[in-house]
Amino acid sequence: MELSFYLVQLLNAVQYGFLLFLVASGLTLLFGIMGIINLAHGSFYMLGSYLAYWLTDVTGNLWLGILLGLPIAMMVGYIVERFAISFLYKRDHLYQVLLTFALILIFNELQQILWGTDVHSVPIPSILAGSFQLTENQSYPVYRLFISAACIAVACGMYWVIQKTRLGMIIRAGASNREMVQALGINVNRLFAFVFSMGVALAGFAGMLAAPVDSVYPGMGENVLIISFVVVVIGGTGSIKGAFVGAMLIGLVSTFGKVLLPEMASIMVYALMAVILMWRPQGLFGRAA
Amino acid sequence: MSSLTRSLPLVVALLTLLLFPLFGSSFYVGLVTRIIIIAIFAMSLDLLIGYTGLVSFGHAAFFGIGGYALAIAFQDASVIPLWQALPLSLLAAGLAALVIGWISIRTSGIYFIMITLALSQMFFYYFFESPRYGGDDGIFLFLKPVLMIGSEDILNLDNENNFYYFALSSLVLTYLFLVMILQAPFGKVIKAIKANEHRVRALGYSTNGYKLVSFVLAGTLAGLAGFLEGAHTGYINPAYMSWHESGVAIAIVILGGVGTLYGPIVGAFIIVLLQNFLPELTEHWQLLLGGIVISVVLFLPRGATSLFPRLLSLIRTEKGVPLSQEESTKVDTDG
Repeated sequence: MELSFYLVQLLNAVQYGFLLFLVASGLTLLFGIMGIINLAHGSFYMLGSYLAYWLTDVTGNLWLGILLGLPIAMMVGYIVERFAISFLYKRDHLYQVLLTFALILIFNELQQILWGTDVHSVPIPSILAGSFQLTENQSYPVYRLFISAACIAVACGMYWVIQKTRLGMIIRAGASNREMVQALGINVNRLFAFVFSMGVALAGFAGMLAAPVDSVYPGMGENVLIISFVVVVIGGTGSIKGAFVGAMLIGLVSTFGKVLLPEMASIMVYALMAVILMWRPQGLFGRAA
Repeated sequence: MSSLTRSLPLVVALLTLLLFPLFGSSFYVGLVTRIIIIAIFAMSLDLLIGYTGLVSFGHAAFFGIGGYALAIAFQDASVIPLWQALPLSLLAAGLAALVIGWISIRTSGIYFIMITLALSQMFFYYFFESPRYGGDDGIFLFLKPVLMIGSEDILNLDNENNFYYFALSSLVLTYLFLVMILQAPFGKVIKAIKANEHRVRALGYSTNGYKLVSFVLAGTLAGLAGFLEGAHTGYINPAYMSWHESGVAIAIVILGGVGTLYGPIVGAFIIVLLQNFLPELTEHWQLLLGGIVISVVLFLPRGATSLFPRLLSLIRTEKGVPLSQEESTKVDTDG
């Protein structure tokens, strides 16, 4: 019983870590490449969850919901980038914080206008509805394993795009020296719009995957946003590897924290960040300023 | 502009505020008291953002701690002596700022923003989840602080007008205190740090020390505002220190005019009034608030108070009077 209990917790921690990674990797890329601190990233996670809820309701199928929801999320990202974020590239972080904070207010109200303030749930697709029996009284839902698998697939896809393709090369170059990339004749405006839309799609996808296991409720993006910030800070801004390690660390600490030290669970995550920063102010994989 | 014409609007504003309770109904006296409290809070944040160059996104933590110190220490007391309660709140907020500042000051830029945010969330969750301090529901405080000598009441804050003048004097003292330290060598150093930290360090200053002192001062003043807010409403809950409040505080500073001491006061007036009256227009008032904030970021980055000198110089240049050097550079550096 003991061992399988910890195995279940470990699986939960990894699954949570993967979801965080999807959100945090977008956040860290936006900062690394575009120099943008995006507080509205949690809203995109929420958007994903609500799209999954709404489209599953309409089409009767989560897969169709995700398939239709992803392009919508990307479109929203593109619009937000063109009409708000793109004015901020040369501005101080202060104004980025304020503008994206205002975006949160707007997204929260839009969510309430479109979908109301009720808490919703999304049914797990019937193929994945079962669970694995580990011992007599311990089981693990198949859908949670599916979340991890889907995140691994996305992470591998991202790795391939960023490390092996020409687009990835430009993205990496952009992260290390924006001006030089521009000087080499790359259309930076288009690149930024693309990267931003992809970041939104990643956060939205995480929200869609999470919808059937967590409920869908107003303000759900904000907790995710702040934890993702912690992940980015721990990993080092601009580093995908850092986002991955940070997300797994936070997944483990918060899941096992809830089991072992329930009163201190939500504080432990921040304490971990403080300790890591005292040791490495630029984060685990960040470049020293 | 001579110093007389420059301080004229301030004097007029102060006189208006002094005379306000004679004319305003008790609802409006209460509302302006809240504006004054938020103005102190925003001013303390401006010491960090506008003068030291530290964009703190966790400033509401100190506001909340100032309120919680009052509520926790005196929730069961039969009388709240002002001379004990106020220093306690200041001390608690200052200590919290020392701890958060000590950890976050070693980072800069985006890291500083995120770390102050995360550490203030730590305090938020602590109070949110602690049943001992009321958790999500917060703590009610049924008495107002009283200043007593012996058994005589000198100042009882139970009276709305007394509270108003107490808050107003706190605002004036905070303003004068900030003017004083900004003119002192300390102020010159922190402004230099904002302009170019490397150079200041190269001159032999321990910049981290100066930044930390500034952070603690700002946290303590935010604690003063939190104390006033807790005493005024008689209710303190974790929402006081949520990151929403930190965000709104930044909005107030920028909306009013970052790097000026009167800007945050103007900003507090605008935002608190909007928060009070927009909900009467529509249920979805945050949509409007968000739109206003975005417009300010895009079109008025130096805040509402930057409009006055701009308008003034517009009128004067039309009359053919050239701009003074100082004002023309002010107008040029927009954006």
